[in-house]
Amino acid sequence: MSLQSVADVRNALDEQNYIASDGLATAVFLAISLNRPLLLEGEAGVGKTELAKALATIRQSELIRLQCYEGIDAAQAMYDWDYSRQLLHLRTVEATGEATQLGADKLEGQLYSEKFLIRRALLRAIDQHAGASPVLLIDEIDRADDEFEAYLLEVLSDFQITIPELGTYKATTPPLVVLTSNRTRDVHDALKRRCLYHWVEHPDFDREVEIVTRRVPQVDATLARQVAGAVESLRKMQLYKPPGVAETIDWATALGRLGVRELDESVVQATLGTVLKYREDHERVRENGVATLVKQAFERGLYSN
Amino acid sequence: MTTNSSPANKMAVAFARILRGAGLDVPLDSVIVFVGALTQLGLENRENVYWSAHATLIRRHEDVQIFDRAFKVFWEQQIAVETATFEEQHESITLLVDDEDANTDDSSAEPIEDENTIALRFSKIETLREKDFAAYNQLELREAEQFMASLRLAGPPKKSLRLMKTNRHGARHDIRRTMRATLQHDGEPIERYWREPSTKLRRLVVLLDISGSMEPYARALLRFMHAAVVGRQRVEAFTFGTRLTRITKELTSRDPDKALAQTSAQVSDWSGGTRLGECLQSFNDNWGVGGMARGSIFVILSDGWDRGDPKVLADQMSRLSRVAYRVIWVNPLKVSPGYAPLARGMAAAMPYIDEFVEGHSLEALRELTEVISKDSNERRKTVTHA
Repeated sequence: MSLQSVADVRNALDEQNYIASDGLATAVFLAISLNRPLLLEGEAGVGKTELAKALATIRQSELIRLQCYEGIDAAQAMYDWDYSRQLLHLRTVEATGEATQLGADKLEGQLYSEKFLIRRALLRAIDQHAGASPVLLIDEIDRADDEFEAYLLEVLSDFQITIPELGTYKATTPPLVVLTSNRTRDVHDALKRRCLYHWVEHPDFDREVEIVTRRVPQVDATLARQVAGAVESLRKMQLYKPPGVAETIDWATALGRLGVRELDESVVQATLGTVLKYREDHERVRENGVATLVKQAFERGLYSN
Repeated sequence: MTTNSSPANKMAVAFARILRGAGLDVPLDSVIVFVGALTQLGLENRENVYWSAHATLIRRHEDVQIFDRAFKVFWEQQIAVETATFEEQHESITLLVDDEDANTDDSSAEPIEDENTIALRFSKIETLREKDFAAYNQLELREAEQFMASLRLAGPPKKSLRLMKTNRHGARHDIRRTMRATLQHDGEPIERYWREPSTKLRRLVVLLDISGSMEPYARALLRFMHAAVVGRQRVEAFTFGTRLTRITKELTSRDPDKALAQTSAQVSDWSGGTRLGECLQSFNDNWGVGGMARGSIFVILSDGWDRGDPKVLADQMSRLSRVAYRVIWVNPLKVSPGYAPLARGMAAAMPYIDEFVEGHSLEALRELTEVISKDSNERRKTVTHA
């Protein structure tokens, strides 16, 4: 699929049921046309990871995901050698007497060949021969140690990885890279400078209704508006964890499964656990009155425009 | 591509200058990417230019507000605006200069106390105004700074998931190194190598109260925070009064004067009121509970005066204490018998504090470093008087 303009990007995402804002669509378009990684930040559950999945489907390419965690290093992100197989191979050539014929150098060459190379996410994203270049999702980069970012620098600026024993791998067409961060610490400026940046906001009411109707077809328009309305009210309540779009979708799905046609107090009570994950938040809603919440949701649900 | 005088180049450079004037850090390579973006999307449509600049020139969510204002000015003028025009705008949005009763800051006239007490001169007349903030009395500066730089804020380490080489047999097998060694011995695995989890410093998060009642202490404590940020890895620094401001980045400059000047420009609520609970909530929502405070040593430097609802403060303290490794409160106010019930905030927060340090001198800071470095095994509620 060719994405020639911002509108193309928005439409293509739309077809994947991902409703993007103008800002996000522009950022994605620029990331593709300028070959720059895209760094996304935003509250949990606003659809950062989901964007990468949608982009992979649009490009009909593989989604390669690298989930970062504390202590991740090059061996887990780029490549490693399959040591147990190497040892076995060594034993075999010894047993067959091949080792003495080969000599040390050749033997080493055999051991450090592609046969024993384990390709991790970054190497796989770069060393692609067939099909469209993949979408590389580097998820929660802030969980990795600072040192790990240094490894990423070479990969993300030149799209190449050097393996001393084998040489340099370089991407023929660079992958589309999406990084996400939850801002538990600042990502280094050196890395940020190589990326385009976008802060993903919670969607506005209309966009959220749209998302719910698309994602949860078994929920009709009225209920979708009520759910979006209720979530909108919840986000204004100063909760510990205001619900994200992911929670809205979960809630709507739960309501659909229960065969609910309209929100009412008892239904909200029973299903609130899909939206709010803190005891304190449940209390806050109860203090404000579930009835009030339902009332607000109804009002929002009624007036179109 | 584009030539030097292309409209895209001109626009990009002009806007970058405005952003720099407004205090954002805009490196040249970002400007070049911005030119690329403009070439793709054109210069005519406001939305396109806005989002191009947005995606290429912003790197922190905190900068969006300043960026938006700058863009508005830029777009309305349409032509390169000289920084001078903008600076007015800028000053009115980022700084809140308190000009009333310009206090003579000749603290050099104060008597120098005897050798035994190295207390900072926290006298009542030495008020802290935003404008004389960076102008420290030389003697005081040297004294305090040397002392603060000598403080070692290590803290109990935490086990990292990163594996490091070790000589301890029976740890985890380092098959990579073993394999390498094997090759050198003609395929004979003679020596085995090991790895084990390393340790690393816990994150230290420091929140400094800069409200009116903390005025006499804020300046010196900010120096302390600067010493902490440059002297140790994994430190995060914030100030709060009426609102929360992250100042880690501003404090990273090694030159203390520069760091303090940058910080004072960033912080806009010097000597205002205190909304302790709300600021803490803002910290918890935006940074703390999401990860920054998890497993961290959390230090609050405040006198506990809170104009907000003490229940909000108690709630937020409880939230914080559930994710932080240890919560330490340093209160610089002098201890007086009637003090505790007066500061409702302090009373509300007390149940969630692991360590409480009282004192307003350098001695208190020394005490603080001891408390921070204390072994995790003796984790219990203590009150330290300094």
